[in-house]
Amino acid sequence: MRRFEGVDFVESDLLLTEEEKLMRDTARKFVEDKVKPIIEEYHRGHRFPIHLVKEMGTLGFLGSNLKGYDFLPGISNVGYGLIMQELERGDSALRSFASVQGALVMYPILTFGSEEQKSKWLPLLASGEKIGCFGLTEPDFGSNPAGMKTTAKKVGSHYILNGSKMWITNGSIADIAVVFAKLEDGNIGGFIVERGMEGFKQVEIKNKFSLRASDTGILYFEDCKVPLENKLPGTKGLKSALMCLTQARYGIGWGVLGPAMECFHIALEYSKERIQFAGKPIASHQLVQEKLVYMLSEITKAQLLSIQVGRLKDEGKAHFSHISLLKKNNVKIAREIAKLSREILGASGIVDDYPVIRHMLNLESVFTYEGTDEIHTLIIGHRITDIPAYY
Amino acid sequence: MKIGVCVKRVPDTETRPKIASDEKNFDLSDAKFVISPYDEFGIEEALKLKEANGGEVVLISLDSSGDVTVIRNGLAMGADRAIIVEGDGERDPYETAVILSNVLKEENFDIVFFGKQGVGHDYQQVPSILAEIMNLPLISVVVELKIDGDKVEAVREIEGGEEVVEAKLPVLISAQKGLNVPRYPSLRGIMAAKKKPIDKKSPEFTAEKLSWEVEKVELPPPRKAGKIVEGEVEEQVKEIISFLSDEVKII
Repeated sequence: MRRFEGVDFVESDLLLTEEEKLMRDTARKFVEDKVKPIIEEYHRGHRFPIHLVKEMGTLGFLGSNLKGYDFLPGISNVGYGLIMQELERGDSALRSFASVQGALVMYPILTFGSEEQKSKWLPLLASGEKIGCFGLTEPDFGSNPAGMKTTAKKVGSHYILNGSKMWITNGSIADIAVVFAKLEDGNIGGFIVERGMEGFKQVEIKNKFSLRASDTGILYFEDCKVPLENKLPGTKGLKSALMCLTQARYGIGWGVLGPAMECFHIALEYSKERIQFAGKPIASHQLVQEKLVYMLSEITKAQLLSIQVGRLKDEGKAHFSHISLLKKNNVKIAREIAKLSREILGASGIVDDYPVIRHMLNLESVFTYEGTDEIHTLIIGHRITDIPAYY
Repeated sequence: MKIGVCVKRVPDTETRPKIASDEKNFDLSDAKFVISPYDEFGIEEALKLKEANGGEVVLISLDSSGDVTVIRNGLAMGADRAIIVEGDGERDPYETAVILSNVLKEENFDIVFFGKQGVGHDYQQVPSILAEIMNLPLISVVVELKIDGDKVEAVREIEGGEEVVEAKLPVLISAQKGLNVPRYPSLRGIMAAKKKPIDKKSPEFTAEKLSWEVEKVELPPPRKAGKIVEGEVEEQVKEIISFLSDEVKII
């Protein structure tokens, strides 16, 4: 099987800068050397490869598109997208880790945090010395976060948090959690809750069939005492949480191109080698070619969409509905491509000798998290009709 | 400490070579280019020396492609600046060494690293010729290096064992796999590399041209189809023995 060298049918690499290509090379080498050789073992063992975190930090993969401090690389959003793509080609677990750490923990601290919070946490999070998670979703409220039941009540020098957060990536391994809770006035505020704080419990969710190499947890707050200075002073209602999600969704839109390209590459190479009828490879069959061409077409369109939305984001012109389209479209086609690749591989597609079924299972989570496919459809629908149709 | 590293832009080792129409060169229009992998060991060792002793790491490359991406990658790993001597096409090892010696004399390095060979043509001649021209010691195929003041101790790979060699700075070192594990360029390194200077020079070459040139390059002949032996085990053994003794005559 030929080595993976990217998929670039219409030379969209011409739209990338020299630096962006070098960044992609670095991430691709890291994934080839450090992730691919071990990932099946972690997937089978339902474990997150936590030993990779610090190296990701050293290479600058955590919060790489954020700006304002010397230790933040401040790369372009297309460069950031390419890193996410390469990490997710390794496994959605790694990209999910980097998305959460950068877009859902470092971004809110940088955007809504006090000077003390920024100088305390950002260097530790960028280097991977500390791990963060993001608590918005609850057992009863996913697509409708405004319904959240978690509360924060000011008592003396503390806020007292009660409630729970579920499906939290990095939930059981995190050193800090950025948590959103309802204040007494009904508004929603953000807090930094630290591991070990009184009344804070982190539990891992086991027996997943998807994102097995990722840590997913439940956060419990039982009269959890959070010092007043741990409130994120800049958070202003649910909008602040949604701003974080927009950042993360952007990375997901790019990330899934990794598994999409990997699954296409494997299906193409496999179909050229697999001989079935009349001594000819299955790639000579029209039905197989149709599948391969569909995959390539969708990857090519998604790449161009990603680059354009990335450039818009650099210029501050990306609307959240653009990012909804990016996330919705790219995850949908990646999921479809993984399934088609599995079909082309036949029985070989159901074992983990090939990464295809692992990607296929991972993409089920990615389809649902960070705004389900349906919610993104409604966000775009709202934008073009000016009529909200969420319920 | 002033450290030089001579690097070569070469086609990626997975490139499938195509022969150009003149049959003397390769058509590399579709190839991806990289720093010759042995040169990366040189860059890494140079960066480690700089981290331990302070100083400067300078990359030097003789390259006529006009593409600086590969050099930029070395700068992103952490080198401070680069010198590209732009030529007019491929130079043979002697010309390469003469041209590089002009740069090295001007820069006056304490130590200069090379890969033990540049993958692709694999001439393995440049470091030796350079050492001769510059009248400097060369320690080749180095897998371990210690520098203390101006004292150099290097372990080199030899047939069936290792050899420990001592020398004094200034010295030339050619790097072998095993010397270190080259770092990946970090994102901050890549961003910083944008601002690092790349000095482009035209080649100074006053010596005579070397006495040889490439007549023709050709691909190895395609492998012939194998022979499958069938039947009972005893018959198969007999058939293989007769093939080895009568047809290929190796037993």
